[in-house]
Amino acid sequence: MTRRLLTGNGAAAWGARLAGVDYVPAFPITPQTEIIETLADWIDRGELAGRLVTLESEHSMITAAGAAAVTGVRVFSATSSQGLLYAMEMLYTVAGWRAPFVLVNVSRGLAAPITLEPDHNDILAARDSGFLQLHCATCQEVLDSVLLAYRLAEDERVRLPVIVNLDGFYLSFTREPVAIPEPEAARRFLPPFDPETNQFRASAPVSQAVAVLGGGPYSYFRYEMQLAAVNALTVYDEVAGDFAAAFGRTYAAVEDYQSHDAEVVFVMMGSFAIKAREAVDRLREAGWAVGLLRPRLLRPFPAGTFQRLLAGKRGVAVVDQNLSLGKGGVLYMELASALYGQPGAPPVLASFIGGLGGRDIGPEEFYAMARITRQAAEAGRAPPPRLLYTLEELREVRTLQAIAAVERRSLGETP
Amino acid sequence: MNETVFRRMKDLPSTHLLGTGTPMCAGCGGLEAIHEIYDILGGKTVFVNAAGCMTLLSVYPFTPFRGSWLYTAMASAPAGAQGVRDALDILLAQNRLDPAEDVEVVVLTGDGAAYGMGLSATSAAIERGLDFLYICYDNEGYGNTGQQYSGATPHGARTATSLGRQGFRGYKKDLFAIWAAHRPAYVATVIGAEPLDLARKIETARSLRGPRLIIALSPCPTGWDYDPKETVAIGKLAVKTGVWPLQEYVDGQVAHTKVPHPRLPVEEYLKTQGRFAHLFSPERNEALLAEIQARVDAYWAEAGD
Repeated sequence: MTRRLLTGNGAAAWGARLAGVDYVPAFPITPQTEIIETLADWIDRGELAGRLVTLESEHSMITAAGAAAVTGVRVFSATSSQGLLYAMEMLYTVAGWRAPFVLVNVSRGLAAPITLEPDHNDILAARDSGFLQLHCATCQEVLDSVLLAYRLAEDERVRLPVIVNLDGFYLSFTREPVAIPEPEAARRFLPPFDPETNQFRASAPVSQAVAVLGGGPYSYFRYEMQLAAVNALTVYDEVAGDFAAAFGRTYAAVEDYQSHDAEVVFVMMGSFAIKAREAVDRLREAGWAVGLLRPRLLRPFPAGTFQRLLAGKRGVAVVDQNLSLGKGGVLYMELASALYGQPGAPPVLASFIGGLGGRDIGPEEFYAMARITRQAAEAGRAPPPRLLYTLEELREVRTLQAIAAVERRSLGETP
Repeated sequence: MNETVFRRMKDLPSTHLLGTGTPMCAGCGGLEAIHEIYDILGGKTVFVNAAGCMTLLSVYPFTPFRGSWLYTAMASAPAGAQGVRDALDILLAQNRLDPAEDVEVVVLTGDGAAYGMGLSATSAAIERGLDFLYICYDNEGYGNTGQQYSGATPHGARTATSLGRQGFRGYKKDLFAIWAAHRPAYVATVIGAEPLDLARKIETARSLRGPRLIIALSPCPTGWDYDPKETVAIGKLAVKTGVWPLQEYVDGQVAHTKVPHPRLPVEEYLKTQGRFAHLFSPERNEALLAEIQARVDAYWAEAGD
């Protein structure tokens, strides 16, 4: 094992390298591009035996990825944001092919307005696609999750593609010390891909992804995918156990930070949860019984784990770095549906939206969220969802609007 | 072409490989062409399909193909072919696939995908030099949804979205020229009604490596509005009137493989189909008929006829 300073993108590329990927269909998009550049460089130098092909769009890229996976090779790809949405039709399609490969998504807010900075609306748009989802908070976790994801995707009880998600900029371009497993150890953990029936052979013709007529066969195949995705809960725990035994790093489906004796628990995913962890430490110093749960696994959703870990809590503050317009936070809805009617479920779930387009969530905001949730628990009524925004931010936008108005007037236009 | 095994009709394969009983319409010109093509290509193939009429060839648990099949989506069948071909090449290079088990990758799409939504994916597959065969069955409209006009619809044709007196106001896109401009290994136009010409072209395409693309004009009884028994006659008229030039692009040169002499008036072709009936009744649309004839004449004048 060696330890190096790697960006999140570099860690993702190392994960693919250690997985011994055969094929990398690619398409550049900020902030993911460094991943495919790194892999292309290794392939050009002969350090990685795979083949990289740049397609003309993410839609084609995912088509090629799925097609290669069902022909019997180990496939890796990466995208971000608009690219993930451009590929959306094929995400659903190749999941239905039961093509087991790994896609890294580097989260970035969605247009419009166009931005480069992160939030989770891109990855959550793929929530119902049949891809399983692993969400990372550190660069080490990115590398390790790629290896875990292949074991999960290729398991005969699962056979579904997996997205490993990391936040743009906060992880993609942040260097952290990362332990890089030895190739032999990685190979022991992740043996070569067994394609099983995924192949096209002259002597054994197969028809894949054929049409069905009627709801009976359609439902059958969709339910098969659902059962496979649910199987992934058990398989994930096994694979994470194997990983811990091999490399000494533990990745529970839901990372539990100080929740055991907490009255109020934050629930967040991705790298911003590191900020919540810091806030938990400060709040505990101030005598508040606060904890944090971070789902690493979003699909399948570890509902049972949340039910167990949150039983008896007074309140939960769900911080969503996404916004389902006209409703609210997606993780909040996921959690509410997992807890409703369950014995011991916390009486109050408070919803907060923050961190859109890379907007920071400051420590004071975490303290305020804990306070609001505790007050709501005392009052016995969930507060309305809050959209985090500060007066200072509003002033900044007003300044920009004033500049725009001046510019418009200087051009002789009436506002 | 001189070394063709297909010199006479009786040289064509007498064993037919594509199964029967598919849900295609009676008299489907696309299926006619695919039957003829498949007889020559055989089962050591994987057909990578885009959304269209032929998607219904393989409906669980049936398929008429002796070889393999992969349905993708409307826009990206060439990218699916890229993934399959690359994976097969990787397996061959790693000695994980016996070369005898290799298969030819064949894209099968309609004109809706080929002329429109899938053009970007096709362009990129050609530019990457992908070793594949592309077969477009061109019935000149979105046939599977009831014949709305597409980029392949001819000028003046009535479609479900051009019902007016002038029919379709646009002009059929020259996909042959667009494909040929990419300088692939091979491009050809074919029609099921000329099986010998078709067989020779598929034979040529098979002998080459790299991107090889075929457009099969596919008379469509439901979309073009004619009696299914007329499919072959209408196909022959498409060639004899010069509406559908049989041509091929190979080694950087375009050549016509069958020049109609004498060339019949375009009317002979148009009047066989309900989609052009408004050109003849209640009164003849002389201006539009003349325009269509003039365009065909201009094509052949430029081609050196």
